Amino acid sequence: MSVAPAEVERPDIKQDVTPDTPWVTIVWNDPVNLMSYVTYVFQTVFGYPKRKANKLMLDVHHKGRAVVSSGARESMERDAQVLHGYGLWATVSHDS
Amino acid sequence: MSGIGPEGSADFPHLGEPDDSVSAAEAAGAVAGFRGTRRGVTIWFAPSQAGIIRSLVGQVAELLGSGEGSSPGETSTDETSTDETRSEEARPGDGPLERSWGSPEEFAANLGLSESTALPEDPVLARLLPDAYTDAEAAGDFRRYTEQDLRSGKVAAARTVLATLPEGGGQVRLSADDAESWLRALNDVRLALGVRLSVTEDFEERMARLDPDDPRSAYFWVYDWLTYLQETLVRALS
Repeated sequence: MSVAPAEVERPDIKQDVTPDTPWVTIVWNDPVNLMSYVTYVFQTVFGYPKRKANKLMLDVHHKGRAVVSSGARESMERDAQVLHGYGLWATVSHDS
Repeated sequence: MSGIGPEGSADFPHLGEPDDSVSAAEAAGAVAGFRGTRRGVTIWFAPSQAGIIRSLVGQVAELLGSGEGSSPGETSTDETSTDETRSEEARPGDGPLERSWGSPEEFAANLGLSESTALPEDPVLARLLPDAYTDAEAAGDFRRYTEQDLRSGKVAAARTVLATLPEGGGQVRLSADDAESWLRALNDVRLALGVRLSVTEDFEERMARLDPDDPRSAYFWVYDWLTYLQETLVRALS
C-alpha cells in the first residue's frame, strides 16, 4: 500500500473513476458499415496491427459487439467520439 | 456489417451489367473505382456520377449543419430558418456549407457547445450522431460537450468532397488526407441512405428481389454503387 504521509493531498480524481477499474469502448454491429472499412478504422484509430483489427471486426460482426479499447473514462470518451466521426456505432461503459 | 468479406471478394452484378441509362464511360468509371497511386488516390467520374455524389454529400452536410447552434427540436426544420436570403441564393445542398457565423447562437456553436442533450428525432441524424452511453443521462452529458465537434467534423469532410469533386466530373486526384475525408463522407452518406432504405444484413437479397419499377430501386442502386466505391477507397488507402 501507499507509503505517502497522510497529510499529502490526493490527486483530484473524479469520484466515479478509479484507475484499477477501467472503462471500455464498445463497438456495435450495424448492417451498413463495411467489414473492410471497420478493420481500416480500427487500424487507423488505435494503431492496431491488421490481424488484431480484423479479429475485432469479426467479433463485432459475429457477436454483435466487441470491446475495442479500455482505460480511463476520458480516453474511452475520446475513442467513442473519434469512432462516431468514422460512422461506427460506439458506446462507453464501465468494465464490470 | 455489410456483406462484403474481409478479403474483398467483390460481387457487384449491377455494375457489371449496366442498364441502358448508364453510358459505357460511366460504367467504366464505376467499375474502376478508386485506385491508389504514388501520386495519391485517383478516380474518374462521369458528370452524372459527380452530380449524384455532390447532391448526396451536400444533403448530409445540410442535415448535419442545420442543427449547429439551434436548440433541440429545430434540428431538421431548415425550411423555416431565418437565413432565407442565403437559402434562396444558395445552390441546393451547398447553402449551409457557406453560411457565415454571425449570430450569437452560431458563435456558441463554433465554440463547440450545444444545448442539445437528446438523441436527434430524425433517425438519420440519430445514426450519424449516436448516443455514446446506454444510460440516457450520461449520454446527454456527453452529447452536450461533443455533438458540435462531431457535426463540424462530418461537415468538414463533406466540404472536402464538394471542394475536390468538380461538378462536371472528370479525373479526381486526392491527397491521403482528402481521401480520408472522402472515406468518412461517403460512409455518412451510406449510413443516411441505409436508414432511409431500412438497409439490413440481407440487403443483397432484398435488392435482388426488388421490383425494377419500385421507386426505391434507383436509391438501392446508388447505395450499392457507393458501397462499391467505398470498398475500393478502403483498398486504395490500405
